[in-house]
Order: sequence, then structure tokens, then C-alpha cells
Amino acid sequence: MNMISVRKVWKEYDDQVVLENVSLEVKEREFVTVVGASGCGKSTFLRMLLGQETPSRGEFLIDGKPLPDEPGPDRGIVFQRYSVFPHLTVLENVMLGLELERAPLLGKLFGRKRGEVRERAMAMLDEVGLHHARDKYATELSGGMQQRLSIAQSVIKQPRILLLDEPFGALDPGISADMHKLILRLWEEHRMTIFMVTHDIKEGFELGTRLLVFDKVRLDAQAPNAFGATITYDIPLHVTSHKVLEELENAKAQTERFTDGLVAA
Amino acid sequence: MRRLLNLRPDRSSRLLLGILPFVALLIVYLLASNLRLTENPNDKMLPAIVTFADSITQLAFHEDKRTGNVILWTDTAASLQRLSIGLALAALGGLVFGILTGVLPYARAALSPLIAALSMIPPLAILPILFIIFGLGELSKVVLIVIGVAPFVMRDIGMRVGELPAEQLIKVQTLGASTWQAVVRVVLPQMLPRLIDAVRLSLGPAWLFLIAAEAIAATDGLGYRIFLVRRYLAMDVILPYVVWITLLAFVMDLLLRMLSRKAFPWYQKP
Repeated sequence: MNMISVRKVWKEYDDQVVLENVSLEVKEREFVTVVGASGCGKSTFLRMLLGQETPSRGEFLIDGKPLPDEPGPDRGIVFQRYSVFPHLTVLENVMLGLELERAPLLGKLFGRKRGEVRERAMAMLDEVGLHHARDKYATELSGGMQQRLSIAQSVIKQPRILLLDEPFGALDPGISADMHKLILRLWEEHRMTIFMVTHDIKEGFELGTRLLVFDKVRLDAQAPNAFGATITYDIPLHVTSHKVLEELENAKAQTERFTDGLVAA
Repeated sequence: MRRLLNLRPDRSSRLLLGILPFVALLIVYLLASNLRLTENPNDKMLPAIVTFADSITQLAFHEDKRTGNVILWTDTAASLQRLSIGLALAALGGLVFGILTGVLPYARAALSPLIAALSMIPPLAILPILFIIFGLGELSKVVLIVIGVAPFVMRDIGMRVGELPAEQLIKVQTLGASTWQAVVRVVLPQMLPRLIDAVRLSLGPAWLFLIAAEAIAATDGLGYRIFLVRRYLAMDVILPYVVWITLLAFVMDLLLRMLSRKAFPWYQKP
């Protein structure tokens, strides 16, 4: 059973065609990475999945039903920047999603109920390695830690779909490696379906179970906006379960230790 | 020798440099006052320090023979009451309407042109209307301050809401927030320190409107007193009152700044 169906979707602004005739079927628990040149509509595609924008033609279906036309708690999002709340501490940022669910009027919990939510948020912070920073304001964190926080904030709501819009694009390369491990672990543990837009093709290959390339098939030098982009490559990437990768790494290390031992002897 | 633009005063010389112009101004005053008084001991334009001291003692520490009140404190209490009620109402109204127009496109479409038009009316031009409608009592003075200050606060807060990154409002929706929850958990808390900024900027206009209203129709208040004693050329009262008003405005500004720093540590720029 396909979870998400995209059927002949077009997106046009006035005389500019951004996406043309995009069709796609995605199963539950896939990790879809989306790459493409800038301006090729990959972020527009993500925004339509989010419900921030609606297609001009065609439809998005989720479990066979039309996708809601506004953002909701079933689809989490992590933007490249600005998606943590500067007036809340790290812990409060993570608690927010649960508080909104349990306190319709004030969006804030007190007393014992707050304690329960706090416990869960602390566990979540542990999971993303931000436990030590829980009482800092969100903007006091470094860029990488803010992204960890933004991820934790979304994941604690247990969304079925997690959307990532170039989440590691503004980070140092060294930090990205840690973030990759983190996102793969969360993907396994929380059983989410992930869409991740990235401008880094290597990252796309490393993380995804499936790689989509958005590109323009037709180009007209006289009217650069006349044709939109569509999915030009849809590449299945099989061995990316990080558990398998880890096993391979471990096996390799073991063999190396063994051969090193032989050489030393 | 380094360039002039790279030379920075240290802490103590900064303090000294700051005080210097005040001292210079005082010396100029004393010299001019002395000059005029030696020519004519009854001159009222630039009173001597002793005259000031006498008047201040009389106003601040002795009961008025006619009313039994200490004039300076009665005036101060009356003015501050009008000013704070007016500013509080303007801030509250500005916050509510600013957030409304900032968050909801429909409210913006319906209200923004009206607010923009209203904010162009010179408040003093409608002071007579206020006196006619609300009478000569406290209400008309408070309403003048509200009318003068609220449109600015509304527009300022509306713009500040617009400056919040769109990502924040999208994100909170994906965390399950309703419109109301997004306002009370994301927009409102981030607007409060900006509201303090807006009120601080409005202190000047608020005092202007207060003194104008008191000058025209009042029986007490700092503005009333200044305009009352103007008839007697009582510079020995007017000048201390002006200094006192300036001091009050300065202290209000300082308190608001301290409140912002204390209550919203995340808002302070490094």
C-alpha cells in the first residue's frame, strides 16, 4: 500500500511554470532524498507536501485521501533556519508540541501534567544529545545544535512524515556527519517516512533509501520560465540501513584489528 | 599618531566628557543670571540659585495655604496618573490590534487602511472634540494620550509580527497549534518586549499630549502649573518643573528598559 501518491502535479505562478507533470508513489518508512539545481522546484514540492502551498493542477494523496491544504501535526518540518523559538528554552521548545496537544486554551501546562511532559521532553533531548543545554535559550545554541533541537521538537510529536528542507545546508561539514547519524537513528527508531531536500548529492546518496532528482527536461533560451522541472531520476538505494552500515564498519574494524595483530606479532 | 576615528575614551574619561556639557551649561546660566541680577535685582528671567531653592522648598515641602496640599506632589500624582492610564490603555489596544492585523490577513485587510488613516489625524486638532464629548475632566486627557499613542503602537506591533520568520508560524502549526495557540505561545510572548520598546518611544509624544491637555483645561497637574505661573513670569517655578518633568520621563524610560532586561532576557542584543 502506497502511503503518498502524487498524481500529475503542476505548479505555476502567473507565467512561470515551476513544476510540470510530477507523479510519484512513496511507501511508508521510505527515506526519500530530493536533489536538483537551485530553482528546480524541489523546495516548492516540499512546501506542497507540507500544505504551505497547493498544486495548480493534479493532486497529493495521503492514504488515498487528499492532503490537507494547511500544515498539521501529521507532517513535521525542519527548515534550514529559524524553526526554533527564541523566547523559549531548549526544554520548553521540545515540550511545546505536547503542551499544545494537552492544553487547548493556553497551550501551556502546569503542575503534575507539566511534569509528565517534561519527563518525555528530557528523554527526547537525551536522544539528540542536548540534555546538557536544556536550560539555555534556543538562540544561544550553535547552528548544529539548533537543528538538533528543531528535529527533536518535531520528532516528539511522532509525525508519520518528517520533511527536511536543506536541514544541514548551513552547517560545517564536520557537524553534518554527526547529524547524518542522528537522523538515520531517529528514522529507524521512530518509524517515520522522511523527505529530505538537499543540494548535496553525496548527502542524498548517503542518507536515502531512494533518491529523486528534479530537473527541467525542456529548456527554451527565449522563455526560461515556460517549462517547469519534473522528476528526471528516481533511484532506489538499497543498502542504507545504518544498522547494516554499522555492522559492516564493525566487521571491517574487527578484521583490521586482527590483521594488525598478526603484523605486530 | 592613530587616526581620530580609532581613538576611544576609557571609562572614566567617558563619564567626565558626558558631564562636561552639563557643567558648561550651568556655568553659562550662572554667569548670565548674575549679570542680569546685578543690573536689576528684580529681574525674573534668570533667577538666582537661592531663588530656585526657595521656590522648590515652598512647592515641594510646604502645604499650600489655600488647598492644604503640597503642590508639587499633587501635580505630579495627577499628571502621572493620567499619563500611566493613557499609556497603559494605548499599549493594550496597540498590542491587541497590532497582533490581530499582524497575524490574520483578513483582519489586516479590514483594519489596516483605517488605522493608517486615523494615525494621520493630528491628535491636538481633535482635542476640542474630546473636550466636547468627554467633558473637561480626567477622561478627555486620558483619551487624548490614547488617541495620540495607540495608532503608532498598533502599526509598530503589526510590523514586528510581520518580521517574525514565516518558518516559526509554519513550524508551530506542524506541532499542532490552532490559530489561538499560535498567538498565545509564539506571537504574543515575542511581542511583549517589542511592546516595551514601542511604549518607550511613545513616552515623548505622551508627555506632549498630557501637557497640552493640562495647559488648556485642568485644575492640577505639571502642565497646568507651568502654564498657570507663566502669567507671573515665574521662571523660578517653570524651570524646576521642566527639569522635574524631564527627570520623570528619564526614570520611566529607565524603568521600562530594566523591566525588559529582567523579564525578557532572550530579547537582549549582545
